[in-house]
Amino acid sequence: MTTLQPPAAAEPRSAPPPVRRDRRSWTGWGFLGPFVAVFALVFLAPIAYSVYLSLFRDQLIGGTTFVGLDNYGEALGDERFWASLGRVSLFLAVQVPIMLGIALLVALALDSGRLYGRDFFRISIFLPYAVPAVVATLMWGFMYGTRFGLVGDINGALGVSLPDPLSPDLVLASIGNIVTWEFVGYNMLIFYAALRVVPHSLYEAAQIDGAGQIRVITAIKLPAIRGALVIATIFSIIGSFQLFNEPSILQPLARNAITTDYTPNYYTYALSFNGQQHNYSATVAIVMGLITMVVAYAVQLRGMRKGV
Amino acid sequence: MPTHLSTHSRRLLRGTALLCALALGASACGDSDDGGSNQKAVSEADVQAALKEGGTVTVWAWEPTLKQVATDFEKAHPGVKVNLVNAGTNKDQYTALQNAISAKKGVPDVAQVEYYAMGQFALTEQLTDLKSFGADKLSAQFSPGPWNGVKAGSDGVYALPMDSGPMALFYNKKVFDKYHIEVPTTWAEYLDAARDLHKADPKAYITADNGDAGFATSMLWQAGSRPYTVNGTKVKIDFSDQGAKTFTGTWQQLIDEKLLATVPAWTDEWYKGLADGTIATLATGAWMPANLESGAKAASGDWRVAPMPQWTAGGKVSAENGGSALALPELGKNEALAYAFVEYANAGDGVQTRLKNGAFPATTADLQSTKFQDTAFPYFGGQKANKIFAESAADVPDDWSYLPYQVYANSVFNDTVGKAYVSGTTLAEGLESWQEASVKYGEEQGFTVEK
Repeated sequence: MTTLQPPAAAEPRSAPPPVRRDRRSWTGWGFLGPFVAVFALVFLAPIAYSVYLSLFRDQLIGGTTFVGLDNYGEALGDERFWASLGRVSLFLAVQVPIMLGIALLVALALDSGRLYGRDFFRISIFLPYAVPAVVATLMWGFMYGTRFGLVGDINGALGVSLPDPLSPDLVLASIGNIVTWEFVGYNMLIFYAALRVVPHSLYEAAQIDGAGQIRVITAIKLPAIRGALVIATIFSIIGSFQLFNEPSILQPLARNAITTDYTPNYYTYALSFNGQQHNYSATVAIVMGLITMVVAYAVQLRGMRKGV
Repeated sequence: MPTHLSTHSRRLLRGTALLCALALGASACGDSDDGGSNQKAVSEADVQAALKEGGTVTVWAWEPTLKQVATDFEKAHPGVKVNLVNAGTNKDQYTALQNAISAKKGVPDVAQVEYYAMGQFALTEQLTDLKSFGADKLSAQFSPGPWNGVKAGSDGVYALPMDSGPMALFYNKKVFDKYHIEVPTTWAEYLDAARDLHKADPKAYITADNGDAGFATSMLWQAGSRPYTVNGTKVKIDFSDQGAKTFTGTWQQLIDEKLLATVPAWTDEWYKGLADGTIATLATGAWMPANLESGAKAASGDWRVAPMPQWTAGGKVSAENGGSALALPELGKNEALAYAFVEYANAGDGVQTRLKNGAFPATTADLQSTKFQDTAFPYFGGQKANKIFAESAADVPDDWSYLPYQVYANSVFNDTVGKAYVSGTTLAEGLESWQEASVKYGEEQGFTVEK
């Protein structure tokens, strides 16, 4: 019953508050200072500056004027912005499940221990992630060529006529293919790492209870890596909404299919760099950031809820 | 925003790009120093004095032949230093220039500006009117197209023409001979040639075009369309005139009958097509030979140059495609010295130097000189192609104007007109939506736009 004794630490309570105030020291800030300075400079300042920019309008004729929230009103009614958001949402709905599904299958296969040459598979599936996105896209862009690319070669060799992967109807799927290729390995690694920390005793217990592999996966493995699944999903949502590299690099090859408002990020880029509409571009970026934040947060809340 | 917290790899790349942009911006701002003089009416004596006094001229240009010119200029005027900076090619450079001007920092003394982009800088009074240096007296020295370009639809002179791109029809003679097809002299014949060629060899196309704003505007120019009327900040955009109908009428058939190779220009595929005869012609500017020589080496001797096909048989109308000038940004310093360099490079001894290095001149005297016209091109089987180019330069109607924000308009060309190349949209409809997009931007930017 010693635990019922009042803890000794409670005693200094009697020390009067004024003494504490006198002792206030800035040492803590000294430690925090470098971080806060860099954080404010590279994180808070750009956001604040974007918000500031978004309140103005700069015209070729007439110069810069303060327009309050007009830019936000324009963004909310901007068909091109919503079209681009619709496009990445479709991308998100189709590509992310496929990518995460494949990543999960591969991770489970690697974890099953029944795979011959496991390490080789793991590294080779992860390898595309180590290829810079720019290089990967250029490579795929070349393969997609219908005249001299891989598609062209297949058409020539087999006498078939495959549809052009860079045509307006297919280019989103082609981009999805590139992104899947790039990120399956990355997501697989997240899942695999999570699977490795599942205690072996659980599997042994399951075996004793007579559970098959499928049952082990659904009852032990999947619940165990739930956190990793949610994280990977959130990363993928953010990645989809921020889709930029692949369309912008493929653009010269498919200029009529990948329009300047193809994805929200590409649209803000075009607004800034083609039309010098920095203010409106900042507005669109902020609106897009908020939307991403809301969606990612909603997924996080849903994903973390227990017992769903 | 949580997006900034993500460690997603794409962010890394984007971050790198941002860093590069920042670094570019920083270096662009590096050589700023206030002292922009606003003196007007500079006499020849002032220019000479400035040359004697010396100083540094910062030139933003991507034209490769300027390097030798700068060296020669420094040699001729000890004490003068030419700081030649490649701040990016066309659009990238304009963005950098526009940013420098907005920031009023790091603006170069001289900037290369293409004719189609001249209006954007001229009408917003970002370029010095060179009339104060007496540049208007040089008008007779330049061919009509480029001179019209530097006037940017006003009575000012905002730059001195550096090079030009009078159009001509480059064609692969070997292919034409093989299938016994006549070289077209009208666009109607061109359409027939396209059909015959594609029928004879399903792999061969008359030309490659998948929507190029510069090409389309040049074609409209030749067809007599004048879609843009610019009067100060008042702009009219109209793609429904007869000239536009003439162009779309023929071109739509080429698209509909799938007679155009959809290979994007300047890609490896494109050069391969030019070299192996599957892309049989190119209607483009006179600056093309150097590109053919380096990009389609294998086809040396196959290609020839012919005058542009005409819209009416027996006509003699051409257009400009590309070409650029050197301008003096209003916020640049050392105006007299800057002008001295521009005059040297574009109207003085520098012209010969650039010609020697493969540039195509904008100066009439050089275009008409027998030495220039008698130059035989081994790539064109010894053909004296400059004769055709010079004639084309003289046949360019000088009443065309670009939009004061053509750089932006061109950037959305493929969003709008480009649809005609990949879907059921017609060229005419595409031009209509291009018009709408251009009107919208113009209004947003404070222009008075008439439709």
